[in-house]
Amino acid sequence: MADQELVKLDDIWVHYDDAPTLEGINLSVKSSGFLGIIGPNGGGKTTLLKVILGLVKPTHGRVSVMGGNPEHGRKFIGYIPQYNLFDPEFPISVSEVVLMGRYGRTGLFRHYREEDKKAAMTALKTVDMLDYKDRQIGRLSSGEQQRIFIARALATSPKLLLLDEPTTSIDPAMQVGFYELLDKLKHGMAIIMVSHDICAVSIYVDEIACLNHQLFYHGSKEVSAEDLAKTYQCPVQLIAHGFIPHRVLKEH
Amino acid sequence: MPEILQHEFMQHALLAGMLAAVACGIVGVYVVIKKIVFISGGIAHASFGGIGLGYLLGINPVLGAIFFTTASAIGIGLATRRTRLPEDTAIGILWAMGMALGIIFIGLTPGYTPDLFSYLFGNILTVPTSDLLLMLILDVIIIFLVSLLYKEFLVLSFDEEFSTVSGVLTERLYLLLLCLIALTVVVLIRVVGIILVLALLTIPAALARQFTHSLKKMMLLAILAGAVFTFSGLWLSYVLDLASGATIILVSGTALFISFGISRLRSKTRDLNHQPPDTA
Repeated sequence: MADQELVKLDDIWVHYDDAPTLEGINLSVKSSGFLGIIGPNGGGKTTLLKVILGLVKPTHGRVSVMGGNPEHGRKFIGYIPQYNLFDPEFPISVSEVVLMGRYGRTGLFRHYREEDKKAAMTALKTVDMLDYKDRQIGRLSSGEQQRIFIARALATSPKLLLLDEPTTSIDPAMQVGFYELLDKLKHGMAIIMVSHDICAVSIYVDEIACLNHQLFYHGSKEVSAEDLAKTYQCPVQLIAHGFIPHRVLKEH
Repeated sequence: MPEILQHEFMQHALLAGMLAAVACGIVGVYVVIKKIVFISGGIAHASFGGIGLGYLLGINPVLGAIFFTTASAIGIGLATRRTRLPEDTAIGILWAMGMALGIIFIGLTPGYTPDLFSYLFGNILTVPTSDLLLMLILDVIIIFLVSLLYKEFLVLSFDEEFSTVSGVLTERLYLLLLCLIALTVVVLIRVVGIILVLALLTIPAALARQFTHSLKKMMLLAILAGAVFTFSGLWLSYVLDLASGATIILVSGTALFISFGISRLRSKTRDLNHQPPDTA
């Protein structure tokens, strides 16, 4: 089932009040590989992820996740939001946060099993935070917290990983390690990352799409002359990317 | 046994204090960590409508309060989630409407309404056996539901978006949490009264969170603190001949401020101990 469709978006429109945030988005995500979505702030990147998760209902169009509706499919998705606005005094340890990732595989009323705890510990080890498992999460730095939330997403054993601007709270020294981790993970799952860090995206992703209300899907990261021409026809895209970033893309 | 404890009303009062401490220790922790103090205040005050309804129907007002308060908790919860009203506006409106209904119901009740004052400000010395039994049952329901749904309530309190994505029925669980708050309010009405309920829902939990970062320990500590507060407040009100509910609240508040001082001292000494030797 190498090319099973994990996510299919079919002519998705989302309106907040009157102005459309997403206009006629079509997207198909296969079972492995790394898709980078770049675009300006306010271009609908987070909304697109939330549509896939079923947190935002499209005003028009069809969403299919794992062949069903997002409410059923989303427990196979590991989601790492851009910000985790939680109370730093919240009485919870790192391992309890990561264990939450096992909820979708445990379910109502049941206790977490040994294998859930093992999966949580493995996820913590993957992000190199096992030593912190008994610490209160609010006492960690924001970069360390971000790693914990990545571990929580990995603990779900996801088939698809959604990352929303993951590098905003990771310090530069850690970013290389973070992308190399994604590079390893992408063979076992599909990854969608939205970002405006165009350089990083261009090095590690397999495919690139540009999102500014509309989605320009380039298919591969080697953006062809025709693709570029198509993007440049849209004046907003021009402002969004500029010329330099595209040159960076072509060099890789 | 000291003479004071031989009175039946005193034994009842201690029992009521213990039952109140259990409910507010467990549920109060969620109120504090999920920062839903204001909505809890709304639920508490709206329960006055239930007291009034009890009087009007000629049933035990506390019994009336259970149904009315649970219904208004769900009503407030839905109003804050599903209408376009800002959350605090919706709470403020339903808070006042619940109380207004209570006043109308009591006005419609023929004859004299005894004990009305004690529902507003509490009187731990006059809790009848039937209400003690009711408080016990409500405590059992609260303990049962929280232990059954412990991990769900933890996810809900920490990260609602993640809880929705992981398949927790977030809105229903949130409404259930509000219902637990409603039941806790009912348990506390007899002890400190509708007006003062909010203090016992928040103070023991706020005190406990300074000393632990484990949710379970925080609950146990909050129960202990609640029990100590009600007992010492009760004793003080007996000795000084003051209103019991208000004394319990003032004792709790004072203890909280003292605990802030202690935990500041603790973190200071900890910082000193952790300093490298050359700078110490």
